[in-house]
Amino acid sequence: MKIKDIALDGVVRQNPVFRLVLGTCPTLAVTATALGGFSMGIAVTFVLVCSNVIISLLRNVIPDRVRIPAFIVIIATFVTIVKMFLECYIPSIAQLLGAFLSLIVVNCIVLGRAESFASHNPVGYSALDGLFMGLGVTGALTFMGIVREILGNGSLFGAQLWSFKITFFTTVGGSFISYGLFIALFNFLYNVIDRKMRHVHANKALSKEVQA
Amino acid sequence: MNILAIVVAGILSQNFLLVKTMGICPFLGVSKKTDASLGMGIAVTFVMVLTCLVCYPLYVWVLVPTGLEYLEIIVFILVIASLVQILEMVLKKFIPGLYSAMGIYLPLITTNCAILGVAELVTVQAAVTTYLEALVYGLASGIGFTLVMIIMSGLRERVDRYNLAKPLKGFPIVLIVAGFMAMAFSMFTGINIGA
Repeated sequence: MKIKDIALDGVVRQNPVFRLVLGTCPTLAVTATALGGFSMGIAVTFVLVCSNVIISLLRNVIPDRVRIPAFIVIIATFVTIVKMFLECYIPSIAQLLGAFLSLIVVNCIVLGRAESFASHNPVGYSALDGLFMGLGVTGALTFMGIVREILGNGSLFGAQLWSFKITFFTTVGGSFISYGLFIALFNFLYNVIDRKMRHVHANKALSKEVQA
Repeated sequence: MNILAIVVAGILSQNFLLVKTMGICPFLGVSKKTDASLGMGIAVTFVMVLTCLVCYPLYVWVLVPTGLEYLEIIVFILVIASLVQILEMVLKKFIPGLYSAMGIYLPLITTNCAILGVAELVTVQAAVTTYLEALVYGLASGIGFTLVMIIMSGLRERVDRYNLAKPLKGFPIVLIVAGFMAMAFSMFTGINIGA
């Protein structure tokens, strides 16, 4: 296993938000503003890295039959830490994310990585996997937040750009529809690029064979 | 807030799926068939009421007086996980018919945002003020969840048969359809009964 593979998987090939469509609830709820998307992404990244490390360290200790409750308790601990930290030092962000801050516990992305990666991989790789998956989430949520905030409110990270706005994009209906269109766009681009890459690889292999 | 207002809020104007966007994973995953949606909806309603039944007194009468509010996430998630486990065992033993109807959806419910969401809302976010209201809120939210699941499954059985552009197939088109439903549901926020 290579680090490049882990990075590509997390950010592009298995992007949790756009490719796997996991953790949809916070994606829809907090991306009305770019700041909301970005801060949720960072919070999820922190929880992912920490829980992946601890679960990976304990992977030989946790009995297989009670692994899910054990994972959830570990994840809940880190979510509590994030929540207490934000409430104490950046209360405005804690207020912006509201109940969805606590709901990181039941975010399928975190439990999914614990189950499918951290529970049978060494610590270093698990930490990297958490980091890159988290970056994939942060990138996707921030991107969605930026587009929705510009269209829906004419501003970016709270700074007003112009007065033109389509308020629909900040509503719940707008969140569903823009999320659907983003997934479609991401899949379309991914498939196009994937086909191009395969074409290039095939050509390279062919020319090598010819030379040989 | 009176009971009627809570019922209307739970089912329509504060609908968990289409207004609060909580519990979207089963909404996208299990809404392909109407009977599966109904099974999931009943299971969620059941667990929501049980969660309110246990979490509200636990938070108000145990965690707050002892100053342990910060443990709320860990306590709630453990309560929900064990409730689901107990419910599964009880149903398997005593009501096998209901168990086979919602059995496979029960384990999924532990990681459903809507359940932990309802626990958070009735306690920390203080959406309700009394124990009875908390129970009604849980029941109404569950009914609202079931309603939207069933509507969605009906729409999906048609949408899945259309010949769509390839990137739109699957989740994207379901999300777009859900978006239109959310637009319709946002109109219910106008309903205001003696708040």
